Order: sequence, then C-alpha cells, then structure tokens
Amino acid sequence: MKTNRRHFLKVAGVTAMGLAAGAGTAAASYLPHYDHVAPNHDHLTAGRWGMVIDTRKFHHKEDFLPLVEACHKYHNVPTIPGNQEIKWLWTDSFHHSFPNKHNEFLEEKMHHQDFLLLCNHCKNPPCVRVCPTQATYKRADGIVIMDMHRCIGCRFCMAGCPYGSRSFNFQDPRPFIAEQNTDYPTRTKGVVEKCNFCAERLAEGKLPACVEASEGKLIFGDLNNPESEIRHILAENYTIRRKPDLGTEPSVFYII
Amino acid sequence: MLEYALKGDKKYWMWVGFLGLLICIGAYSYLQQFQQGLVLTNLSRDVSWGFYIAQLTYLVGVAASGVMLVLPYYLHDYKKFGNLVVFGEFMAIGAIVMCLLFVIVDLGQPLRLMNLIMNPTPNSVLFWDAMVLNGYMGLNIVVGWASLEAQKKGVPYAKWVKVLAILSVPFAFSIHTVTAFLYAGIPGRHFWLTAILAARFLASAFCAGPAIMLLALFAMEKTTKFELGKDAVQMLARIIAYAMVFNVFFFFLELFTAFYSNIPGHMHSIVYLFSGLDGYNAMVPYFWAAAFMALLSLALLIPSTTRKCKPVLIFALIILIAATWIDKGMGLVVAGFIPNMFEGVTEYMPSSTELLISMGIYAIGALIVTVLWKIAVSVKKEAAA
Repeated sequence: MKTNRRHFLKVAGVTAMGLAAGAGTAAASYLPHYDHVAPNHDHLTAGRWGMVIDTRKFHHKEDFLPLVEACHKYHNVPTIPGNQEIKWLWTDSFHHSFPNKHNEFLEEKMHHQDFLLLCNHCKNPPCVRVCPTQATYKRADGIVIMDMHRCIGCRFCMAGCPYGSRSFNFQDPRPFIAEQNTDYPTRTKGVVEKCNFCAERLAEGKLPACVEASEGKLIFGDLNNPESEIRHILAENYTIRRKPDLGTEPSVFYII
Repeated sequence: MLEYALKGDKKYWMWVGFLGLLICIGAYSYLQQFQQGLVLTNLSRDVSWGFYIAQLTYLVGVAASGVMLVLPYYLHDYKKFGNLVVFGEFMAIGAIVMCLLFVIVDLGQPLRLMNLIMNPTPNSVLFWDAMVLNGYMGLNIVVGWASLEAQKKGVPYAKWVKVLAILSVPFAFSIHTVTAFLYAGIPGRHFWLTAILAARFLASAFCAGPAIMLLALFAMEKTTKFELGKDAVQMLARIIAYAMVFNVFFFFLELFTAFYSNIPGHMHSIVYLFSGLDGYNAMVPYFWAAAFMALLSLALLIPSTTRKCKPVLIFALIILIAATWIDKGMGLVVAGFIPNMFEGVTEYMPSSTELLISMGIYAIGALIVTVLWKIAVSVKKEAAA
C-alpha cells in the first residue's frame, strides 16, 4: 500500500480516537463512584470506643481461652512458636501486665491471676506518631488501625508501643493458620499487625469477637457518651489502666 | 574525573576484587532474606530492631564526622586541613550509602520503600531522618566533587562551593541529632528516653568517625605515598581525644542519673549491659571490654607524648573504635529493648544472615570510599606535580 501523508493522518486520527475512547472508559471505571456502596445502617458507631475488662470474673487460665480463640480464629492470626510469634489477644501475670504497679506485699491471689492483654487503642497513640507512612492511623471513633498494604515493615511502631501490643510477620504467616476464615484477609510477610477492636465487625453491627465470646466479662462501648453502659460501669467501679504515667491514655480499663 | 578510578596498580584491583567478592556474598544472603523474610534474622517480637539499625546508627555518626574537617577548614580557615577535607566529604558519602542500605535491608517490605516519599509524614522522625541523610549526602557529593574539580583545573573553588560546605555543617549535626530522636522520643523505653542522647551520639560520632578516617588515611598514605601532613594528623588526633572525653563524660552522666535516682526503669538496661538481668548476660563481657578500652584509649590519647607516637596512636584509635562500636553499634539498640514492655528479658545476638548482609554493605561502603579516594589522590598528585 502506498503510504502518503493523507493516509497517515487518517490512520493516526482513528488510532487517537480509539485510544481516547479506551482510556476514557478505563479512567471512568477507576473513578470512585459511591452509588453502589450504600452505608450499612446497622453499623455501630461511637465517639471513642473503649473496653472494660472485669478481671473479677476470670478465675482460671481456661476462662480466657474462648476469647483468645475467637479473636485469633476470626482474624486469621497464625500460631507461630518461639519469640517471632504473632498475637492480638493474650494473657500475662499482674507483674508483667502492670509493671509500674510494683508492690512488695501484693495481695496473694494477684500472684496467680492472669490478665487479658490487647492493643489499648490509646487516645494519644505513640505508634501513630512514629509511623513514617501513616500505615497506622487513628480513626474518628478512636480505633487505632492499620493499612497492611501501606506498611513498609520498618517496625518503628513496635519500638514505639509501650504495651508490646504489636507483632511483626517475620515470615509468610499463611502456613501457620490452621483454618482460614475467608471473611477476613490474611497478611503477607514483612508487615506489622495488631488488634483492631474488630472494626470490620462493628461495621456489620456486631460487637468485637472477644466481647461476644466473653459472656459479659468484657464491656464494650462509647467512652464519650456519659449515658453509655461502659461509662456507668466505669463510674461505679475502681479501674486501672496499663502504664497511665506515659500519657498515652489507653481506652482499655481493668476492674480489679 | 571518574577515569582515575579505572587506572590502578595490581594491589588496587586486588582490593577492589576482594570487596566485590564480599559484596556478592552479602547480596546472595540478602536474596535469601528477601525471599524468606526477616525470619532469617534473630530479631524477635521483643527485640524488633537489631544489628541493622545499630549499624545505621553507628554509620550516621561516621558520616557526620566529615564535619570535623569541613568546619575547621571552611569556617575557621584552618588551611592545614585543605589537603584532607575532600577525603572527609567522600567518606561521608560512603557512610550514608551504607546507612540507607541498612535501613532498606531492615524493612519487611522493601519494595514499598517509596511509601515514605509518597505519604510524607512530618510527625515521624524516620521521615526526617531520610530527608536529612539524603540532603547531607547530596551536599557532600556536590561540594567534594566541585572542589576537587577546581583543584584539577588549578583554580580556586567557586564561592557557592564554600556556601554549600558551610551549609553542610548544620546538616551534619542534624543527621545525628535526628537519628538520636528516633530513639529519644519514644515513651516507655527508658534507656533511650534521655535528653542527652543526641549529645552523646554527636560526641561518639566526632571521636569514632575521625578515628576511622585517620586509620584509613594512614592506610592510604602507605599505599599511595600521599603526604597527609603531620600537623593535620595531630590536629585530627586532638579532636578525637576531646570528643572521646565528652563521650565518656556524657555516659557517666547517664550512670549518675540512673543510679543516684534509684529509679528501676532507668537502671535496668544499664544493669543488663554490665552485670546481666534475670540471669541473662550475653552483653556483659562486651560491655566491660568496651569500658576498659574506652578508658585506655583516653589514657593514650590525652597525653601528647603517647598521642604523637604513631604506633601508639594507631592502637589507641583501634580500641576507641571498638569501644564506641560496642556501645553504639550493638548495645544501644539491643539494651533499649531489654527489659521488654513486660519487664521480661529476650536476648539478642545477630544471626549469620544478618552478619553476612552487613558485611556486604560494609564492603559496598568501602568500595565507594576506595574509588572516591582513589580519584581524589590521583587529582591531588597530578595537581602537585
């Protein structure tokens, strides 16, 4: 075929139009359109989510197991042995849980009692302050949460958290998950993770998995609402928090 | 000027080849870590930073130490450093490249590194650390290269070179201050939560960095017959001695605050380092050795008779480097995580993967410094001839 100027322009014009149309459709499909993401009207909201743990209702180590299991199963938390482990919800002794509450003559039963530990969802979270990519951030409802796809795995947040609430995926966690829950994503190697107060369940109108499994031993609610159940319980009981002297303002309270 | 790096004798190429071999070993180890994850390190949930971040901390100091030549020369017009100042700037470049590599090999998701730039977060010290480190590296490349090129052409360096050189002075202080802030601003880690940490970092940087530089300069003097100048060497040795005095003094300040106040949190990490905690004592022999070497190096560097004797000076510099490296390149990071957040102890020693990767990075740094110094020496010799 003879190639001349007119022919070239014709082909170029048609190609450009085609490209433009293709690009236009492609761009349109990437533009955010919210019409199909209707908000879930059942979702639970709060000004600042908080938790009270009634330690008087936990008597044996076994009492904690259903809670930990519910959490770890729901969130696909892998069971990795050794000190590269991953945990969202776990237990430890009084001395380890409240290291600034040293007491030479501690009540006898405290020496044998375990305490439930998790992310405190601090009002002033140091982990959020130190994160260089905003992969860890605080939501308007007080939940300190992570974007696993943005985390670069620098582990500054692990150094920054005074409560040891954060775990790092030193390796691919999937082989260590016995039974995968397909409602919640698994993680990749090289990212940090922690308790998220079951933000995904709150969005569906459900309470956190551990609260549901605790049968009333944990109370979850809005700390900003003076009329909420959690505020009444806090007003009526003496509670302590972990390392309050650091100014992080934890949102998890313990009735002793 | 790069062509000078390609013209060398047999010894030069053997050294370059040796470094290349070490780099290959390190690269292979990193490939494994990249595929399998940081599971190959001995890091843990409790000690979540280790050898890599400790080397970053130490080498930021080495990089900052270039200012101990730049400041007297450009700001105080101390002419005797004129012949050496470019070596300080070039060593800083090698050190910063190592720093950046140590950050990258420590990342769980290194391919997402650019998230740091794409989501700039001014409240994170790590963001500022990346900014000042890259800024300082850029300044050193431009100033070092431009001043050397001027020397090659036999003309004085341009005025803007001096402006940038003086700008690099606050940058040098800032890189180590910001690196100290990575640690010193964290609530709950008592060993790091100390206002004097940045000052301690600078003091140890200004002794250890010039000490490494002086040893490397001695090696270069021997292999290339390039005269350093006696006065310049003695001035640098004096700077090292003074900085080490400050370094040791600042550490005693830490000891006083911790032990006179008798606050357990402030004492625990130091007790761990010098006598062990709860029966864990992996660091104890290293720290006593470091303390002994630090004091001995002072005893040899302060009196001018021993300082002026070259073999003694070399020995003193070596033990000074060892002492500061144990303190900052090992103890500072690890002891910050001991005891952990539950007052338990999880100990840490680097794994073979960590050591091999670190060796590779050190070899990359040595190669960069070798090539840059080779260029500088060739230009200076040609200019003198």
